[in-house]
Parts: sequence; structure tokens; C-alpha cells
Amino acid sequence: MKQTPLHASHIALNAKMGEFAGYDMPLYYDLGVLKEHEWVRDHAGLFDVSHMGQICVKGKGAQDLLEKLTPSSFEKLGIQRTKYTVLLNEQNGIIDDLMVAKAGEDDFHMVINAGCKDKDIAWIKSNLTEGLEFIYFEDWSLLALQGPQSEAVLRDTLGIDLSGVPYMGVWYQDYTMFVSRLGYTGEDGFEISVPNDAAETLWNKILSDDRVKPIGLAARDSLRLEMGYCLYGHDIDATTTPLEADLGWVMRKDAKESMPAPAKKRVGIMLTDRGVAREGAIVKSRGGEELGVLTSGGFSPTLQSSIGQVYLPLDYAAPNTEVNVDVRGRLIPAKVVTLPFLKPRTKLPTK
Amino acid sequence: MTTKFTKDHEWVKMEGDDVAVVGITEYAQHALGDLVYIELPKLGATYSKGANFAVVESVKTAAEVYTPVTGEVIRVNDALESDFDLLKSDTDGWIAKFKITNAEELAALMDDAAYQDYLKTVD
Repeated sequence: MKQTPLHASHIALNAKMGEFAGYDMPLYYDLGVLKEHEWVRDHAGLFDVSHMGQICVKGKGAQDLLEKLTPSSFEKLGIQRTKYTVLLNEQNGIIDDLMVAKAGEDDFHMVINAGCKDKDIAWIKSNLTEGLEFIYFEDWSLLALQGPQSEAVLRDTLGIDLSGVPYMGVWYQDYTMFVSRLGYTGEDGFEISVPNDAAETLWNKILSDDRVKPIGLAARDSLRLEMGYCLYGHDIDATTTPLEADLGWVMRKDAKESMPAPAKKRVGIMLTDRGVAREGAIVKSRGGEELGVLTSGGFSPTLQSSIGQVYLPLDYAAPNTEVNVDVRGRLIPAKVVTLPFLKPRTKLPTK
Repeated sequence: MTTKFTKDHEWVKMEGDDVAVVGITEYAQHALGDLVYIELPKLGATYSKGANFAVVESVKTAAEVYTPVTGEVIRVNDALESDFDLLKSDTDGWIAKFKITNAEELAALMDDAAYQDYLKTVD
């Protein structure tokens, strides 16, 4: 199994390790999943997400290439601003979802999913035109600090004032550190990219702050689920289009118009009775008809009930539609909920 | 009679001649982590040895609980539904009580010393 440069730090912290996308990653630490989840919502949590891929496309025509490979427009994206989008195949299926930061005109930095790195890189490279440069930052690590105290922690531990950086904004220091104000938890927070040989020092420095706890991938999953964010390979994949995934908001007008109208839509599900429904549970109409399968699901510590995501036929996709979820043969009543389950507490976007 | 244990981390102890009290061990509870739901069996249901009769759900996973003995469920610990911490209690942490039909099934289970040895072999 592959390891990130922080692997030894996780072992030293007594993390329960497990495989994710070919990497041996921390699933949770001593605090446990539930308390880690709550800690991020209340304080600040540090994640090692170095398994993710960091790449760059630059040169004349870089923006045109991105507008060819994604359904988004980068025309109005400001310099040092980031956008969420998806890579599409020729059948409008989602190859990956990613963050694209505009470092400068025709200069884009991207963070792609660990499990998709190889195919994404091959796909982008095969589409490169003359004059375009592709860089894979293979020897860079990525840390995420998430939670309401993140800005204060980075100020106090690193001496960096990020108060002027808006949500989805970028800050960097020479070629030693790239910071973007975003994340996968719905909280204010930052993703920090540094060369591998600086990762452990940075990790320890941030963790030395009492307001910070290390957080594993299990809580990362429950945090993102509460926000209705997609997990690639589960909630979205090459068989789903962005319109089906309810990601139309990332799309340009022309891309949206040329895509077939969806017959199903990704929605939130909340159990209205006790129990926990997980990925793979079948969602049925009250009449017993099979409607879809949970693409993710679990217990929401914040809402204290079981939530999930599912693709439902449009007739059943309206909020408050009553359905059942089959959990080991027991039909648990549930209702359709508009995503996200929780209101994001990210810093407000500023012009 | 002493408490006996299964490889799936259930414990069982006898009350009188034909009532078996079943719960899950501290090891199982620790491995599961924070519990969020418990699905209890129905009174009067009968289960064969090794059958799944309850499910304990944590944030991380759903764990099936198997009965170490064949029998009919004669009592269910409803108090667990509102207090998962109760599982830790030696006296009140049981999940269900079974009226058993074959006391010999217990003989094959591990005693405390054997279970402690067994725990050293699992992760």
C-alpha cells in the first residue's frame, strides 16, 4: 500500500489505519469518529489529505482546455480564486470532481481525487495542445485545517494572517506554501500545500495548538455527508451526469443546454424513525416500488439521525416526499431532504 | 456458572438451568466505537446457535450479534435503546435472555482465560 509523507506521524498518534484509494490512511485517532466530527464543527481539525493529486496546467490555451474538459466557465473566475467542477468524458459521465484554482491567466492548479489520479492525468495529458505545460506535484503534501478556529490557529502557529482571504480564495508564499480557503466539511478552513519534506514540521506545528486535534477519514466522510458533498466513486461516477448529480450550478449555459435532461436526481434522504441506513440500502416508495440505492449513508452526529444520498426518479425527488429505506429487511420511514443537510459555515464569499 | 465467550465477542452466562443471558464484550464495544443505534430481537422469536439476533450500530459500522445458544427470546433489554453505555455494565449490559434447549452448546465456548488468550491473537 502507498503511504503519505505523514504516515509515521499517524502511527505515532496511535491512529487506526485503513486502506483508502490504495493508500494506508488514518481512519480515526484516539478521540474516535464521533468526537472528531464534533471537534471539527466546534474547534479546528487537522487532516492529512496528501493522497490527493495536485496538478497544474499552464500556458496559452489552458483556459480553453479546462472549458473543453469540464462543463464550467473560467472566464469570470478571478485570479487567486478557486472553483469546484467536474471532469467529463465524451458521454457526459463524471470522470472526477475537483477544485481548480486560477493562479494567473492560463495558469490553473487543481486538486484531484486519489483514486482518480492516474486516469485524470492520462486524460488531461492526452488532451494537451501545443504550448501547454502539465505539472504533477508528486512530491507535495496536502493538509486540511477545518473548523471555526482555523484562521486563528494558522495566525498563532504559523504567523500567517489569512483574514483577508475570502472563501475559495488562494494565498501563497513564494514556492514553499499554497493555501486555499475551502474544504470538505462545510466549516471555514484551509487546505495547505507544502513540499513533502516540510509536511511533518507543518503537521506538528499546527497540532501543537490546543485548539487542534488530528482527524481521520471516517469523520471526514461524516462531515462531508452532512454537507451533501459528493464522494467520487460513490455519489458520482462515469455513469452519472452533472445534471443527474444536481451539479448543474457548476455548468456553463451552453454545456447545460446540450446535455440530455435527467430522468433522476441526486437528493438527500433522512430517516424519520430510528435506525441507520448505509451505502447500498434500497430506497422504496411507500407502495413498495424500488426507486434507488443509497450512494452514501450514515449517522449524522449533528442532526442525531441517519442521512444519506440517493438518485431518485424526478417524480420522487421533491423535498418531503415520503419513502422507505430497506435496512436488512426492515422498512424504515424516510423523507427526501434538500441538500445540504446543514447550512455551510464557510467564510462568506467577498468580491 | 462462569461467563463463556465466543470468537465473535459475545458473552453468555446462565441464570438457573435453562436461561442464557447474552451480551457483547468490552473488546467488541471498543472496536465498534461510539454507538448510535441498537436493533433488538422480538420477544418470543427463536434463534439457532450462531444466528444473528441483534445489530449494534456505531458511527463507523453495523455489527451483527450472534446468539451462542439455541433458544427462544424471553426477555429483551429495552433500556439499551436509550442508553448505550449500559452495554458496559456487567449486570445490566445484557442484550437478550434466551430459554435454551441444549445446554451442551455452552461447553464448546471459551472460558475467560481462553478468551483472553484468543484476544491476543486478534488485531
